[in-house]
Amino acid sequence: MKTKNIIIVGVGGQGSLLASKILGHLLLSQGYDVKVSEVHGMSQRGGSVITYVRFGDKVYSPVVDKGEADFIVSFEILETARWLDYLKPDGQIVTNTQQIDPMPVITGAAKYPENLVEKMKAKNFKVDAMNCLELAKKAGSQKAVNIVLLGRLSHYFDIPEEAWQKSLEANVPPKFLELNKKAFELGKIAEG
Amino acid sequence: MRELMLGNKAIARGLFEAGVCFVSSYPGTPSTEITEEAAKFDEIYCEWAPNEKVAMESAFGASLAGRRAFCGQKHVGLNVAADPLFTMSYTGVNAGLVVVVADDAGMHSSQNEQDSRHYAIAAKVPMLEPSDSAEALEFTKLAYEISEMFDTPVIIKMCTRIAHSQSLVETHERIDVKKTYEKNIPKYVMMPGNAKKRHPIVEERTRNLIDYAEKTPLNREEIFSDKVGIITSSTCYQYVKEVFGDSVSVLKLGMVNPLPPELIKNFAAKVKKLFVVEELDDVIESFVKSLGIAVEGKNILPNIDEFSQNLIAKSFGKLVDSGKLTVDGNLADKLTNSLKTDNCELTTDIPPRPPVMCAGCPHRGLFYTLKKNKCTVLGDIGCYTLGAVPPLGAIEMTLCMGASIGATHGFNKMLGKESENKTVGVIGDSTFVHSGMTGLANVAYNQSNSTIIILDNSITGMTGHQQNPTTGFNIKGDPAGKINLEALVKAMGIERVKVVDPYNLKECDEVLKEELKAAEPSVIISRRPCALLKYVKHNPPLKVNSEKCIGCKSCMKIGCPAISMKDGKAVVDSTQCVGCNVCSQLCPKKAFE
Repeated sequence: MKTKNIIIVGVGGQGSLLASKILGHLLLSQGYDVKVSEVHGMSQRGGSVITYVRFGDKVYSPVVDKGEADFIVSFEILETARWLDYLKPDGQIVTNTQQIDPMPVITGAAKYPENLVEKMKAKNFKVDAMNCLELAKKAGSQKAVNIVLLGRLSHYFDIPEEAWQKSLEANVPPKFLELNKKAFELGKIAEG
Repeated sequence: MRELMLGNKAIARGLFEAGVCFVSSYPGTPSTEITEEAAKFDEIYCEWAPNEKVAMESAFGASLAGRRAFCGQKHVGLNVAADPLFTMSYTGVNAGLVVVVADDAGMHSSQNEQDSRHYAIAAKVPMLEPSDSAEALEFTKLAYEISEMFDTPVIIKMCTRIAHSQSLVETHERIDVKKTYEKNIPKYVMMPGNAKKRHPIVEERTRNLIDYAEKTPLNREEIFSDKVGIITSSTCYQYVKEVFGDSVSVLKLGMVNPLPPELIKNFAAKVKKLFVVEELDDVIESFVKSLGIAVEGKNILPNIDEFSQNLIAKSFGKLVDSGKLTVDGNLADKLTNSLKTDNCELTTDIPPRPPVMCAGCPHRGLFYTLKKNKCTVLGDIGCYTLGAVPPLGAIEMTLCMGASIGATHGFNKMLGKESENKTVGVIGDSTFVHSGMTGLANVAYNQSNSTIIILDNSITGMTGHQQNPTTGFNIKGDPAGKINLEALVKAMGIERVKVVDPYNLKECDEVLKEELKAAEPSVIISRRPCALLKYVKHNPPLKVNSEKCIGCKSCMKIGCPAISMKDGKAVVDSTQCVGCNVCSQLCPKKAFE
């Protein structure tokens, strides 16, 4: 199989490391060669962060480059827009519609762009957008945004539900497992 | 067992399997997780040292005692540890001694992007360079064999993309290695008479290591074409394979010092056109040229920033496009296609999202006070470097670990009264112990009228919460020795030492004014634990009473990510706010409730 590429983008501290850990575990269980690449340190302090997940028969580079992503999984809608040029022409976007103001917007030096989902759709991007924060709260914790997104992403993969559940179990502390399973389910059945 | 493992964790696993007993490091991105992961093995004694030099000397002591030892650091950390490294090359080791240096091409979390390969050449020690997690694990074990076989410390060079990428590894059992210590003054006491006799041994060792490099499986040829050959290593190997697959020949170097001249000559003879693909400096390329071999490298690839598959495809694509390189049809198409940029984007302006101090960060109140008092702030390395970013924009200089104090001393000595009443050096607790203490000794000894602020957030923050000598806990979280900063500063001869709570703006302002006015050196300790620490209890999030808020934006001056303006009124993001109350102290209408 030709290598598939996923980028997970968001704001530092939103929980993208757990999402990539679960994805890595899942893809490995399906027999793929997998590479996951992340950045630690300074950029994690509320900055724009990106994690790369690549899988296939044989994966060389640990990073996804511009124009290569089959999927953008995004925790925040401005971040979706920022990393759009990483998407392949027919790539799929799975995104949270939540808005988190970056510092230049807070200080008034810049404006938060409006109607980003509509603008993406107008440019024929394949966008699956939903308010993951609300769904996460419904599941029991606003921290479960990452699992809601994975639930949604599971639509686009031909991987049995059981395997997803196993990867959740292997990577989430037992006391939060039920909450996360609910978040996964809510993401999966959400209207995109 | 096959599993997905972070490059740094794979190094730690390699340490475990190699029978390593001692690890001492100072945290630094992208090297930190090696030591954190090693500390999870009960069989390995692990510690955070006050700085890299102490860590390396401690590892040397452990090797001398006959136990395999390790020390890890980021590229700039090796600058600090360079002193012991250069002479450890002369003494050699007893049990194996391996050092990791993690470079940060692209400067994801660093103040420069120096190329650490120069250290291996200058110190005359072997350097290995893995290209994925599996190699990180295997090379670590092999590094201990090389260390003991050739009586030398061995450096493993990592980079951000290998250190922080997960790929598949095979794990094995731990072996047991113990040697006995024997007194050997000519080998271990490096005074001139002994060192003079050790230097020829080092040169002989390098000749032997070159013979080893010619034959070791660490370096391997992948012959697929007689047209194009590429010499490469580390993450660049992965990018080259991503772009070219099996359509060109590759000489993959796992050992980058010393380099193997015969292997390179033989490889060069097998291909019509030879390239070197390496990040940062032209270390391999210069060596190949010194052998009288025609090679291209930095004429088509940059010596700044990190590489990627696109960058390599484009660089070769330009050669193909201009007729300077001929390759087979499919590859030629792939390379020249990479020059077309038809990626879809929105036409909307996307505001940048730079890193910021977290909501509730104790540094915020202090930097607000410094800005309000129009201070000249000479900064240091840590989360608080973000005090240079708008809207605070308070820090005017950041150089390296500990430099805030030395620079403040020199600045005040030259400008005297012009600067003494408004200039401060700011330094974190961990950075102060790392290399600020000696700077303060200079302030105390040579008596500059300097005001130094120690930002004591009770943790090493930027690298992800590591304990340090001021926190009272060790790497495993168990109680440990605790340096009393006030007593230490006083013992150095600084009479004026004040402690403030950075959440209390009035107190910060009063103490700062007082200490700047004083006609002698002084230290202010701004003390409050990092808001992200698990044991820190947060207040409920604040709310803005929109009837009271007049939209004056006074609260926006502190650059808190939890506060923004909506429809002319301040609003608080309850998911981020930790109720630190710094904003409410700025509100003229008491609108925060």
